[in-house]
Amino acid sequence: MSSWAIIQQSLPLFQKGFFITLKLAALGILGAIVVGSICSLIQYFKLPLLNPLVTIYTEIARNTPLLIQLFFLYYAFPQLGLRLTASQCGIVGLIFLGGSYMAAGFTGGFEGISSSQLEAGQAIGLSRWQLARYVVLPQGLALSVPALAANIIFLIKETSIFTVIAIPELTNTALDLIGMYYHTNEYLVVLVVAYAIILIPLSLILTYLERRVRYGTFGN
Amino acid sequence: MSTPLLHVNHLEKYYQKTHILHDVNFELNTGEVLTLLGPSGSGKSTLLRCLNGLEAYQQGSITFDGQAVTQKPKQWQQLRQQIGMVFQSYDLFPNRNVLENILLGPLKVQKRTRAAVLPEVQQLLEQVGMADYANAYPRQLSGGQKQRIAIVRALALKPKLMLFDEVTASLDPEMVRDVLNIIRQLADSHAMTMLVVTHEMDFAKQISDQVLFLADGRIREQTPGKQFFEQPQTERAQNFLASMDF
Repeated sequence: MSSWAIIQQSLPLFQKGFFITLKLAALGILGAIVVGSICSLIQYFKLPLLNPLVTIYTEIARNTPLLIQLFFLYYAFPQLGLRLTASQCGIVGLIFLGGSYMAAGFTGGFEGISSSQLEAGQAIGLSRWQLARYVVLPQGLALSVPALAANIIFLIKETSIFTVIAIPELTNTALDLIGMYYHTNEYLVVLVVAYAIILIPLSLILTYLERRVRYGTFGN
Repeated sequence: MSTPLLHVNHLEKYYQKTHILHDVNFELNTGEVLTLLGPSGSGKSTLLRCLNGLEAYQQGSITFDGQAVTQKPKQWQQLRQQIGMVFQSYDLFPNRNVLENILLGPLKVQKRTRAAVLPEVQQLLEQVGMADYANAYPRQLSGGQKQRIAIVRALALKPKLMLFDEVTASLDPEMVRDVLNIIRQLADSHAMTMLVVTHEMDFAKQISDQVLFLADGRIREQTPGKQFFEQPQTERAQNFLASMDF
């Protein structure tokens, strides 16, 4: 059988994996953005009680491998009576890891706002919350777009680790096929192309968005 | 005798252990223009910032419009609506157009209606020659234009006192005159009470009812405007005026 035929035969399975990767990544990234923005606001306003909790969470999440986080969710949590499906574990793991990265991205953006902008806002009588809403958020979000874009790409690539808890996403599909049929080269080529199809256009779109947002907000 | 609009009493300001302002005392009556003069680092801007709650002071008291300043954030938030401030770096909000920059305070802070505020803002924009720029974004404006908008943004709150912190220091020479004319007009035709930090001596001479000359965080001279320029008392002030070469 020619390589091309092998590849063609595998495509339906890869197609399934492709959409599973996309779906889990999308849900994980959305969740990470929500968690990250909440954590970052807690840190920005230094909310009592919550602020130290956020610090503990982000330090743990950023300084442990996703692989180990997934093992905990998949193997240890059921012992504690919390049983999640593999896909749920994947999404929760990605949100847990991604939330901390997104928080750091937003925080970097908020801290990038010049103090004179904040003083100009204070000088017209804005309250703390109004300052957040009309000055810090719009400018800080624009400043954090590059970091968010990098995190999005990073999190999509991290979904390949889901293979260790047997989620049939792209990498798992490839490894399975290789295990069954030994056409290593062919399946790896498909795998690489599949990731490239997701990541290269996305990366271009995100770069374009970065520039648009930057110009729309700061005019340069 | 009427009570002064602003009364600063034995004000002391420290940054950690550095003593920035020493025993600053002065009064400002409604309609008066006070200029703060002095070499760089003399504490002029710091004093101005203390009067808008952007810097805390450690001792002394400020009374504004009969109200003792407590330095609590909530009170400053209230007072800032009556004490407008314009900065050297304009600091318009880059993501909002001219009109949105100006309306933010009146609509969101003072909760006035757009219909009530808009005619006033239009009039202010006309006064500063910027009526055609309501929909422009800060990035489309020159420095002088931005500064004029920043002045309107502060005036839109209808303050009783305006603080100008070296507002022409980063402008091209020809734009300096435009901005100074606007401030002069405010003093003359609107009788606005103002505290002005400036290095433009001709302007200061024309506009000042009262001059505070600061050096090393202390008031060295406190005189009516003309007198300071014609008969400076201290050697510091004489040297300062000689060095300004105007």
